[in-house]
Amino acid sequence: MALLQNNFPTFLQGFGYTLLSSIIALIGSMILGTGFAIMQILPQKWAQVIGNVYVQVFRNIPLLIITFFFFLVVSKYVKMSGFTSGTVALMLYTSAFIAETVRAGILSVDGGQMEGARANGLSFAQAMQHIILPQAFRIALPSLGNQFINLVKNSSILAFVGGLDLMYQGNMVAANTFDTFSTYIIVAIFYLILTLPLSYYIQHLEHKLKRAL
Amino acid sequence: MVTLGIFSAFTPQNVLYLLGGLGITVGVSVISVILSLIFGSIVGIIQFERLPYFSKFVGTINNIIRNLPLLLIIFFVYFALPKIGIHLPIFWATVIAMSTFESAMLAEIVRGGLESVDNGQFEGARANGLSNMQTMIYIVLPQAYKKMIPPIISQLISLVKDTSLALGIVLSEMTYRGQIVYAQNSTYIVPVLIAITLVYFLLNYGLSLLAKWADHKLA
Repeated sequence: MALLQNNFPTFLQGFGYTLLSSIIALIGSMILGTGFAIMQILPQKWAQVIGNVYVQVFRNIPLLIITFFFFLVVSKYVKMSGFTSGTVALMLYTSAFIAETVRAGILSVDGGQMEGARANGLSFAQAMQHIILPQAFRIALPSLGNQFINLVKNSSILAFVGGLDLMYQGNMVAANTFDTFSTYIIVAIFYLILTLPLSYYIQHLEHKLKRAL
Repeated sequence: MVTLGIFSAFTPQNVLYLLGGLGITVGVSVISVILSLIFGSIVGIIQFERLPYFSKFVGTINNIIRNLPLLLIIFFVYFALPKIGIHLPIFWATVIAMSTFESAMLAEIVRGGLESVDNGQFEGARANGLSNMQTMIYIVLPQAYKKMIPPIISQLISLVKDTSLALGIVLSEMTYRGQIVYAQNSTYIVPVLIAITLVYFLLNYGLSLLAKWADHKLA
């Protein structure tokens, strides 16, 4: 308990950075992910290929490698801190998963919706934006929530590149106090504050969706 | 500069060293996959069976583990457990941390799969004189596994990728050995990172093709 009191500002700072990184990565990956999901279902062959390659590449390589790539290679040309390179890597990595989720959501919307919208004079983009995507997101919401939980958990990768996040600060406190056991328990509780409520909310959503179908 | 790195980074010695790391990566993955499939199934079934108190208790523990970063669990097993007298070598600490985390993830998939099996299947099996255990083994699990295979394989892909996190406790796996190699010369960074990325990609892309094939075959 004394450990928590003495190091509370440190933990809180780490918690703040974890939250900040997660939110930036979430917004970025939602935009990117939706973009690539749409590319995958466009009629143009080249768009499908780009979308597919992007998703396959980022889904199948470890987040740590992407982070190192930004931290060690890209940072030589574009100046960026550990926090930035970690967050950008997290955003690209998660966007591949979100693209898969959104694509599945779009495909589960009945084909007649698109035909109906086009028949009523909407353009492809308008139909996508006003008719298809709102329905797709509703279906994909529980899976998107799970991706967000994964994103928060994966943000611990910032610890490898000095990203000042919760895991990094936890390691610092553990190294300073030698009390690894209590420190990691406290770090765990901070993570659970973010992820557990989300997880229960998603379970609730899943039940609601199951009853609606 | 970079082209120079490509040729000199992959000396036979370095390549062998990296391949050794791949061996450890695969070793950790395979052992963790087997352990987490066993424990994940057990925990999933316990949660599904709704035993009084016990299932709720197991479910809560499972939820907590599922919602923690794997990196934290790895650090906890390797750095914090010795404080209460449990000392593990790095390799086994990684295996135990990975298995604990992945079991929790797989348990959720198993529970979902079991719940998707129609209730009539239970009733029919029981009405035909099968015991609860027999119903589970011969009727429900085979049907549930069919639905579970694609998500299980994508979880296994995560597992292979996540072995790179053991870098945090200096397990000598592929990513760590890559760091050792490019620490010799900074022009090695790009070629080594690309080589490691390719190996991971091929490994996981193979697994994802397997998932697609299984999905196609079972559908």
